[in-house]
Amino acid sequence: MEYAVRAEGIYKSFHTGSVQLEALKNISLSVQRGELFGLIGPDGAGKTTLFRIFTTLMLATKGNAWVDGLEVIGDYEEIRKRVGYMPGKFSLYQDLTVEENLSFFATLFDTSLEENYDLVKDIYRQIEPFKHRRAGALSGGMKQKLALSCALIHKPSVLFLDEPTTGVDAVSRKEFWELLRNLQQQQITIVVSTPYMDEASMCDRVALMQEGRIMEIDSPDEITKKFEKPLWAAKAKNMYQLMSTLRSNDGVATCYPFGQFHHITLKENIEIETLRKSLGGGEHLDLTVQQIEPTIEDRFMELMNQ
Amino acid sequence: MKQFLYFIRKEFYHLLRDRRTLFILFGMPITQILIFGFALTNEVKNSAIAILDNSKDEATAAIIHQLEASQYFDLLLNINSNAELESTFQQGKIRMAVVFPEQFQRSLLHNNLAQVQLIADATDPNVANTLTTYATSIIMDYQQSLSNGIPIPLMVNTEMRMLYNPQMKGSYNFVPGVMAMVLMLVGAMMTSISIVREKELGTMEVILVSPIVPMRIIIAKMIPYLILSMVNIASILLLSVYALDVPIRGSLVLLVAECFLFTLTALALGLLISSVSGSQQVAMLISLMGLFLPTIMFSGFMFPVENMPIPLQVLSNLVPAKWFYYIVKDVMIKGTGLKTVWMETLILAGMLVVLLTVSIRKFKVRLE
Amino acid sequence: MSSQPSISVSKLTKRFGDFTAVDEITFDVHQGEIFGFLGANGAGKTTAMRMLCGLSLPTSGTATVAGFDLSSEPEQIKKSIGYMSQKFSLYEDLTIRENSRFYGGIYGLKDQQILQRTQEMLDHLKLESQADTLVKSLPLGWKQKLSFAVALMHDPKIVFLDEPTGGVDPVTRREFWTMIYAAADRGTTVFVTTHYMDEAEYCDRVSIMVDGKVQALDTPSALSKQFGTKGMTEVFIQLARKATRSDN
Repeated sequence: MEYAVRAEGIYKSFHTGSVQLEALKNISLSVQRGELFGLIGPDGAGKTTLFRIFTTLMLATKGNAWVDGLEVIGDYEEIRKRVGYMPGKFSLYQDLTVEENLSFFATLFDTSLEENYDLVKDIYRQIEPFKHRRAGALSGGMKQKLALSCALIHKPSVLFLDEPTTGVDAVSRKEFWELLRNLQQQQITIVVSTPYMDEASMCDRVALMQEGRIMEIDSPDEITKKFEKPLWAAKAKNMYQLMSTLRSNDGVATCYPFGQFHHITLKENIEIETLRKSLGGGEHLDLTVQQIEPTIEDRFMELMNQ
Repeated sequence: MKQFLYFIRKEFYHLLRDRRTLFILFGMPITQILIFGFALTNEVKNSAIAILDNSKDEATAAIIHQLEASQYFDLLLNINSNAELESTFQQGKIRMAVVFPEQFQRSLLHNNLAQVQLIADATDPNVANTLTTYATSIIMDYQQSLSNGIPIPLMVNTEMRMLYNPQMKGSYNFVPGVMAMVLMLVGAMMTSISIVREKELGTMEVILVSPIVPMRIIIAKMIPYLILSMVNIASILLLSVYALDVPIRGSLVLLVAECFLFTLTALALGLLISSVSGSQQVAMLISLMGLFLPTIMFSGFMFPVENMPIPLQVLSNLVPAKWFYYIVKDVMIKGTGLKTVWMETLILAGMLVVLLTVSIRKFKVRLE
Repeated sequence: MSSQPSISVSKLTKRFGDFTAVDEITFDVHQGEIFGFLGANGAGKTTAMRMLCGLSLPTSGTATVAGFDLSSEPEQIKKSIGYMSQKFSLYEDLTIRENSRFYGGIYGLKDQQILQRTQEMLDHLKLESQADTLVKSLPLGWKQKLSFAVALMHDPKIVFLDEPTGGVDPVTRREFWTMIYAAADRGTTVFVTTHYMDEAEYCDRVSIMVDGKVQALDTPSALSKQFGTKGMTEVFIQLARKATRSDN
């Protein structure tokens, strides 16, 4: 079966003056048709650069890529007809209205809102009441939805969304991912990038990226299973004090704050009971220590530290 | 106080590390001083003039000799008839002609009075004025030299005739110049800014990743400014004719066609600038420094080109506005037709073809 | 520890024309507290924070920041606070040392102090070898940590952090919060906004703004109990969903 998106040995370097920046190092991945694939990583990981190579906006320094079975260098004109792209910062025309933006992008692709209304209607209905408002005057969440509609309007076979949830509040983010899951049912392959680790669990498969490299590719569940050690969560009344104690403890390998708990891994051959005993002196009020299932973020950090 | 000093120091760091701005801040004034100091001058030197000597005697020879010897004039042609005079002016080969009537010397010696006619191309009234003044003073000198010792002074009467612009209106010169400036500004600067703005906003990315052929993007970007430029031309011409009394002596159709040609050249330049500019600021700077300023300096409407040092004269040939200004002046003020300006038109068209080819090639289909 | 609040806000309001961005908010922040200031985009938290930093004048209401009155002594306030945001940290075309010298000078530190603090900062972050590199060559995570260290250089009583960890990798994010904990431990009040709900859990107390008003203010665990949720994410979602403003 043909892959929707494929990369093989992609390298990309940039030269600014005398400095050479290696944005991508040996990137290889493949996305199945109809998959919701996530590129997870912080700023500087290379996600935007990789997207630009896939959407034919940039050429790789080395290696090759294919979208919808077509090769990105030679077949770029055909790829551009089939791909939907939402770059960072939404990239809409601020001084055009919602309706004008949508019709412009529709006609760019030789289609119209009416023709593909079914495709975008779930999303469009939410912004339709504002269709005469200038895009610049919309809230972050609305802009996001408009940008998504514009990227979808021509029924692309592959949709590339570059950090669509950045700078948007938690409620809108959640809604957006629900929209994406619904879109999957239309047989559109969706490739999304995000710095938010918790969004990884919404994808079918993810690639964890850091500083131009892919650290791991798999489904979210499989990735968390790959976590190498048992993971413990500790909590006490004074978390800062607890963290200082844990970090100076000989048996502790890593200790990171994770919201309400500190996530701890122990060194080789150290038992949790040893740790419990050394903490039991009473300086830590309301102390609890329990084993937990690792999250994608735990695994990401484990990979970073290797 | 120290707070203040630290702030100043920081500002210097920013300044010194921005090479491009530094170049403009230091490079530009030096270049401009040199150019303005050496090259651009209202002084007129080595102007091409023609002589129509109907007398061919000692006196005329003497005057001609003086004129030739002067640094202000380059004796270009000896003309033999009025008809030839007319066409020489039309072709723009000379700025002034000196006409001696028959029996010049005899009139001078016997009647103590002789006439010399100075005919000047007054499409640039300032230059015309300057030239006639120089010529008159040379003739006066001659008159003076003859009168030495003679009780009754001899008089050489200079009659001046200003061609094309008898009232010596500055507007005859300015209108074509303004047209060049406006078309260059609107066409080049606005086009380049519009393209670069899309790059800056990020919308260019989205457009590129769509089926639209890049050629269509280019044309779509240019058309509004093309139309706007034509509207500008229409309003400039209307105002010139009705408010400033500037005539359109030649064919209006030809004039508009030449304007169209020049506008396309400006648009092509705008496209080229957009390919090498990363930000709107840079596009604007390049348009102003690299296009607008040379248009003003080298087109010839403020400073006569023939008075510049040779290297700059050669350089001025690269400025499309120079050719356009010449064509418009000829067609509008002198009333000539394609027969006279065909070469300049061809040059302009050639520039257009070259610029379009280069700028279309340079238009980036990708982001880098 | 003194009982005088670090920040005391009473019916603080900001109106733009007939739009009320911040609507009579009232709360206190204690010294040495890590105070999380949350809210959806458009809820008014950026506007509120700007007022507290002395960057914009309130339409009505009063506040004292670091013991100085907001309306009458804004210049005194600026001397006592530090500020850092995601969008702007340090000057990219200056080196670490030059940035440090600049900000130290702006806040009136003596040369000797600046040298000393800069050295401490470089040692603590292990950036000694990069002291004379331009900031733009540093990875994002380092920039943010440096930026925070510089904001603290003049020992401010309160430091305002506007989404300081946006887009930063998870390890650096936590290192950053370790720095925040350490600062709070030394007695600096930390007023921070963030989109990361797990970071909300690190705060001593959290307030959530909705449509210009403060709709919740308590410790993270108390809020979870109050709204019957497992953590701050759900609390936030419950409150933000009721907002009318962002979709108008």
